[in-house]
Amino acid sequence: AWASYMTNSPTLIVMIGLPARGKTYVSKKLTRYLNWIGVPTKVFNLGVYRRQAVKAYKSYDFFRHDNKEAMEIRKRCALVALEDVKAYLLEECGQIAVRLCWAEQGFISGAELTLKRASFPPLQVFFVESVCDDPEVIAANILEVKVSSPDYPERNRENVMDDFLKRIECYKVTYQPLDPDVYDKDLSFIKVINVGQRFLVNRVQDYIQSKIVYYLMNIHVQPRTIYLCRHGESEYNLVGKIGGDSGLSPRGKQFAQALKKFIEEQEIVDLKVWTSQLKRTIQTAESLGVTYEQWKILNEIDAGVCEEMTYAEIEAKYPDEFALRDQEKYLYRYPGGESYQDLVQRLEPVIMELERQGNVLVISHQAVMRCLLAYFLDKSADELPYLRCPLHTILKLTPVAYGCKVETITLNVEAVNTHREKPSLNSLPASQTPIGMRRNSFTPRASADTVKRPRHYSVGSKPLDLLGPFPSLE
Amino acid sequence: PARELTQNPLHKTWEPYDNGLPAGHSAQRGVCMTNCPTLIVMVGLPARGKTYISKKLTRYLNWIGVPTKEFNVGQYRRDLVKKYKSFEFFLPDNEEGLKIRKQCALAALNDVRQYLSEENGHVAVFDATNTTRERRETIYKFGEENGYKTFFVESVCVDPEVIAANIVQVKLGSPDYVDCSNDEATEDFMKRIECYKNSYETLDETLDKDLSYIKIMDVGRSYLVNRVMDHIQSRIVYYLMNIHVTPRSIYLCRHGESELNLKGRIGGDPGLSVRGKEFAKSLAQFINEQNIKDLKVWTSQMKRTIQTAEALGVPYEQWKVLNEIDAGVCEEMTYEEIQENYPLEFALRDQDKYRYRYPKGESYEDLVQRLEPVIMELERQENVLVICHQAVMRCLLAYFLDKPAEQLPYLKCPLHTVLKLTPVAYG
Repeated sequence: AWASYMTNSPTLIVMIGLPARGKTYVSKKLTRYLNWIGVPTKVFNLGVYRRQAVKAYKSYDFFRHDNKEAMEIRKRCALVALEDVKAYLLEECGQIAVRLCWAEQGFISGAELTLKRASFPPLQVFFVESVCDDPEVIAANILEVKVSSPDYPERNRENVMDDFLKRIECYKVTYQPLDPDVYDKDLSFIKVINVGQRFLVNRVQDYIQSKIVYYLMNIHVQPRTIYLCRHGESEYNLVGKIGGDSGLSPRGKQFAQALKKFIEEQEIVDLKVWTSQLKRTIQTAESLGVTYEQWKILNEIDAGVCEEMTYAEIEAKYPDEFALRDQEKYLYRYPGGESYQDLVQRLEPVIMELERQGNVLVISHQAVMRCLLAYFLDKSADELPYLRCPLHTILKLTPVAYGCKVETITLNVEAVNTHREKPSLNSLPASQTPIGMRRNSFTPRASADTVKRPRHYSVGSKPLDLLGPFPSLE
Repeated sequence: PARELTQNPLHKTWEPYDNGLPAGHSAQRGVCMTNCPTLIVMVGLPARGKTYISKKLTRYLNWIGVPTKEFNVGQYRRDLVKKYKSFEFFLPDNEEGLKIRKQCALAALNDVRQYLSEENGHVAVFDATNTTRERRETIYKFGEENGYKTFFVESVCVDPEVIAANIVQVKLGSPDYVDCSNDEATEDFMKRIECYKNSYETLDETLDKDLSYIKIMDVGRSYLVNRVMDHIQSRIVYYLMNIHVTPRSIYLCRHGESELNLKGRIGGDPGLSVRGKEFAKSLAQFINEQNIKDLKVWTSQMKRTIQTAEALGVPYEQWKVLNEIDAGVCEEMTYEEIQENYPLEFALRDQDKYRYRYPKGESYEDLVQRLEPVIMELERQENVLVICHQAVMRCLLAYFLDKPAEQLPYLKCPLHTVLKLTPVAYG
């Protein structure tokens, strides 16, 4: 995996901060990102362990630092969680554990040091602290996520707010923020201040910590909407050919018009529009009559020697390749082309920039859209290549609480169906060689044909006819 | 009706045309989009690595395609005051000295304005001590008046060993001290630093809370980042947080000669020729002799680099992004065949080799974007051997040797040759 070099040793990320500082939000988001780029990550939330131990939450009194009985319960929860963390990192091939703890340092240092000494190879510990002194932000957080917490089933807002603020006061008594100058100067950490206005970064140890810092510095919590859709139906879609660089079919052009109308009706503030550098997405954007940016990395997955063939042709000419792909669609790399896994690596800068941006419409392609969608909806590598991204359908994504709300909008313009379900296991022949063996070889595994299929100019382009300001050549 | 799309013969990108004229509306996403020019202002006492950072940052930004230029106020001073006498020039009560130094700062800012507003520069790095709030205020106002976003980069260091090492590395050889002995130069320079210390106002979390800045402490042990405003500032912060000054060497070479090399064919995924295998063995011997501490070895995912690494008998990492430039329809052809079958393409490539994209393939410009994560990781690492390909090696070399886009595709990277790069002074 391309991410394999990132971490040699497992990493424990410890989230620190008073309640309602966004710790759970950040841990879930960070975990989603890390899993998407291929680093197995899991969240261990002490609050969840506590809820399992104490069936019914009564009130903030549980969190008073002088409540001995409660303290015992919380200590036990911390140790149980630690056992689970150990199991995940050392036995289940997890790479990163994200641990949400209560604010007190005491719970973590002793137990975690033990874990650190016990683990083999050495465990990296990285702290992420969220500090916030803006009362408006805190109140907003409480309303957004705490009101609907299992601790408050009756959901009376005022009571919830009141109880929760008292809960925070309990923690404040013993909360010790990370101190970069004296006590904690040898720890590796990032302190996020006021939802990303300021950051203090100390002793970043390795690549993965550096990526985590970069990610945390790019995310924001401003409300916004992301629209994902594919190009309109293309000429190649009509004849079932994959890849290539064809133009829109008449129905595709209709979709582009319908998309324009839809976007206008949405009345989106400062919408950015992104396309790939393939004709079909650009033609779709052109109809919108607004400025758009072309990204080469949004181009469709490269099908290598299979470019511009239909699935029937591929099955006939490269039957073993065809079968292999159905076995392991995420890892399978077309000969001379790419895999979904390669696509995710290629798309990482798009995700990073999407995190920075506000309202964006991304007009892309089937495989590309599946990768982006998997990131936003936290879909695993197994599910990713089978996500439904039909033509002429827009997915409207709105961040909400700890996740993403999805709205599917079909624009009622007919199109062919390009989705292939995973065939049932009976119909798959046993694979001869493991999928992971594929490098960048142009030679397909089993085909007798070892000459690379030549690629042609796409239908509709004018290869030799120069227009406009380009110099003519003798 | 939608506008006509035509494919640019050089870049192979689709651009809209209106009645035969190129239309607006469509922008190419370069690696970094900058909407308005950015003014980076260095802050810090002398010998804190400001010039080192300015030059390195400028080199990186230019390589990824963001036109950047650095403006070193010390250089302006040297041009104005022909002969440097002593640290007394920098005493805070030296009226004459203050006047000249202010004049130089203004001259430099004027050139910044010309570069950003008239010469299509995107980023200007203003390299001076800028240690007082007053001076920074002046520069910030200058930025606002001209529509630039201002980003401060402060380097704070109290470790006397680091400062002494800096002085030895770059100050002793400075034109200011050409007639002095090393001891005299060091003594004078330490007094020069003292001149600034009393009036030094470091960027403050409260007083400067509305400014955008990064404060680098102890050569990267920790960082304070405030109000990053846009994409380019975010990239700059990421870069600054990944670089280090630990001495190390980077070895660049290509795979051994391949079967297709022998036939004069480009691209493909061939194995090593007989001579290529010999090279791999010699490389193994060379690496052993070099006795490199903790050497990391990286290859592409193409057979020829992997076979080369295999001969070394050490663990290596494969990076797909280190694969050779994709020649699209021209893969596995000889240059003669390309000229015969695609004469226009052949001619276009020679016209602008950096931006030329093979049909269904890549350009050098695409390659640079693809290789950026490699450069970032090379900055984080220490001793590394990168076994790659001709076009890829040219891109990496251009980054380290600060070669512009026009020269990049013509850099000499012959087979069976290893380039050993060691950072020294500012290069």
